[in-house]
Amino acid sequence: MLEFFLAVALYLCFLMLFSLYRGIFGPTVLDRLVGANAIGSKTVVLLLLIGVIYERVGMFIDIALAYAMLNFVAVLAASRYFHKRKGLYEESPE
Amino acid sequence: MLLDSLVVIIMVMGLVFFTGGAVGIIRMPDFYSRLHPAGKLDTLGIMAMTLGLALYNLHHFSWEALLISLKMILIIFFVFLSSPTATHSIVDAGIRAGLKPWTKQDRRH
Repeated sequence: MLEFFLAVALYLCFLMLFSLYRGIFGPTVLDRLVGANAIGSKTVVLLLLIGVIYERVGMFIDIALAYAMLNFVAVLAASRYFHKRKGLYEESPE
Repeated sequence: MLLDSLVVIIMVMGLVFFTGGAVGIIRMPDFYSRLHPAGKLDTLGIMAMTLGLALYNLHHFSWEALLISLKMILIIFFVFLSSPTATHSIVDAGIRAGLKPWTKQDRRH
């Protein structure tokens, strides 16, 4: 069962690369925000898997809960910031 | 043994949802349509995988394990509240900043 959890964690890390591509090369700022949000939501599961693998779930569950809240607050604050400030522009598509 | 196979089935289902979300974020043509896989499939993936881990945690029953599983259910509840709110907030920022939705005429991607 432990090998299964390890494989799932590695596969989640592989999936984060897809969202990281959107986070780096996204045409607008909000695309990058979407990529960062997707990475954060995968990280919550990854933290729980780390807790199960190291048999310290009681400690890692609180970290995962705090990380989910932090991710939510970060996305909310960044999107509020970008519609107050008109600094959002569409970069030239290539 | 039955519990283990149930956990494996639920977590593989969650991985399928996560894979769909990641591929959709890459392949969708436009910012608004990219939010569709990012908002829905990630929420469903978190729900399935956390539910699988909460079931696996109850393998050897104790009150402490039950409390930890309840906290995992709390994560599911919180993500169900917060993820649509975050997605709606991003869409709101895009509309206020004046991003044009993708139409069939401009085939730039």
